[in-house]
Amino acid sequence: MDLNATLIGQTIAMIVFVWFCMKFVWPPLMGMIEERQNEISEGLAAAEKGSRSLELAAVEKTKLLDEARGQAREIIDQANTRAGGIVEEARTAADGEGERILAAARAEVEQEVNRAREELRGQVAAIAVAGAEKIISREINAATHQDLLDQLAQEI
Amino acid sequence: MASEGAQTSAQYIQHHLKNLQVCKDDSGEWIWNHCSGNFWAINVDSMIFSVVLALFLAFIFSRVVKTATTGKPGKLQAFVEIVIDFVDSSVKGTFHGKNAMIAPLALTIVTWVFMMNLMDLIPVDWLPFVAHAAGVEYLKVVPTTDPNITFAMSLSVFVLILFYSFKIKGIGGFVIGELMMNPLNPKDLGVPKIFWPLVCAFNFILETVALLAKPLSLSLRLFGNMYAGELMFILIALLGFLQLPLHFGWAVFHILIVTLQAYIFMMLTIVYLSQAHEAH
Repeated sequence: MDLNATLIGQTIAMIVFVWFCMKFVWPPLMGMIEERQNEISEGLAAAEKGSRSLELAAVEKTKLLDEARGQAREIIDQANTRAGGIVEEARTAADGEGERILAAARAEVEQEVNRAREELRGQVAAIAVAGAEKIISREINAATHQDLLDQLAQEI
Repeated sequence: MASEGAQTSAQYIQHHLKNLQVCKDDSGEWIWNHCSGNFWAINVDSMIFSVVLALFLAFIFSRVVKTATTGKPGKLQAFVEIVIDFVDSSVKGTFHGKNAMIAPLALTIVTWVFMMNLMDLIPVDWLPFVAHAAGVEYLKVVPTTDPNITFAMSLSVFVLILFYSFKIKGIGGFVIGELMMNPLNPKDLGVPKIFWPLVCAFNFILETVALLAKPLSLSLRLFGNMYAGELMFILIALLGFLQLPLHFGWAVFHILIVTLQAYIFMMLTIVYLSQAHEAH
């Protein structure tokens, strides 16, 4: 093993190779690696943020759903109350109407009865007059005794 | 495999451990392989393999840089990014200063040393056989089994250690504060002032040895591991058909060494440079 000028040659080769790596290899590749690391960490942060907002949205959704459910229940309750009221009202109105109709019918019937009675009374008077006429046709003049006959008819 | 009939085992081993060298002789002529003792010789095989591997890595890196996206990465980009991320986390775990050069340096060292070590897994006879057929006498395939290569790398790191030590701590801070006041601080020892230079001289010798041991151990550790591994492969290759299971076992084990030595070289470089940046 003798040392010789190879020493110098190898030293020069090493200087050149180190210079090459220092100038053209290390900085661009290291920069690229660091850039990618940044990109990855940013991506992870964004994903984290996204999943957190998703969680928030889920909470918000549950809240909104509960609210809506409560409102719906309230509305249904109101509607039920309202429907009960309407039915009650309608029943009352129908009852009133029925009674009214019944009363009217009764009044009409009574009126009719009265009218029929008046008529009958008139007819009875006429029959009585006709009978009396037949009995006393000769002496009693219908015209002269009209006031008497009217009074009689009134009393019946 | 001693393919040449006359070759003994010793010749075979020696042949495999010899670099392909070129140098100028005294008359100014370029000559091959008779260069021992001449400092201006070049180990052509080590240089070619190390430069080709560096170019291969540079090609891969530049291709990834050109086609890279911040979106979904391709397979090659993902692989290179894993390596870069590994180097980056190793650097960030050890080195806390601000220096744009440490991480690319660590990346260069770990990938390049790994690739050079990985040449060890090519069966020892293949490339030398091809070279022999092409008329090249010697060929040592693994650059990190050449101490020139490992020393060049560790001495470059050593120069950086000295440079940053002086730059961060100043000449006084480094030479006096770091090399002379440690590990025995004369102020804390409570010795009379007249003995302080003695203590400082003792510290200086100790610390200088420790400092010089850094590049030495860095390069010799890598060289020793890879040289021993290569030698094992060569010895196993001498065994005839028995070499097949043994070669497989040693190759599997060697994958660990290849990776580990590349990692150790990178990690110690980071540690030494981070020590150079830290003021005591």
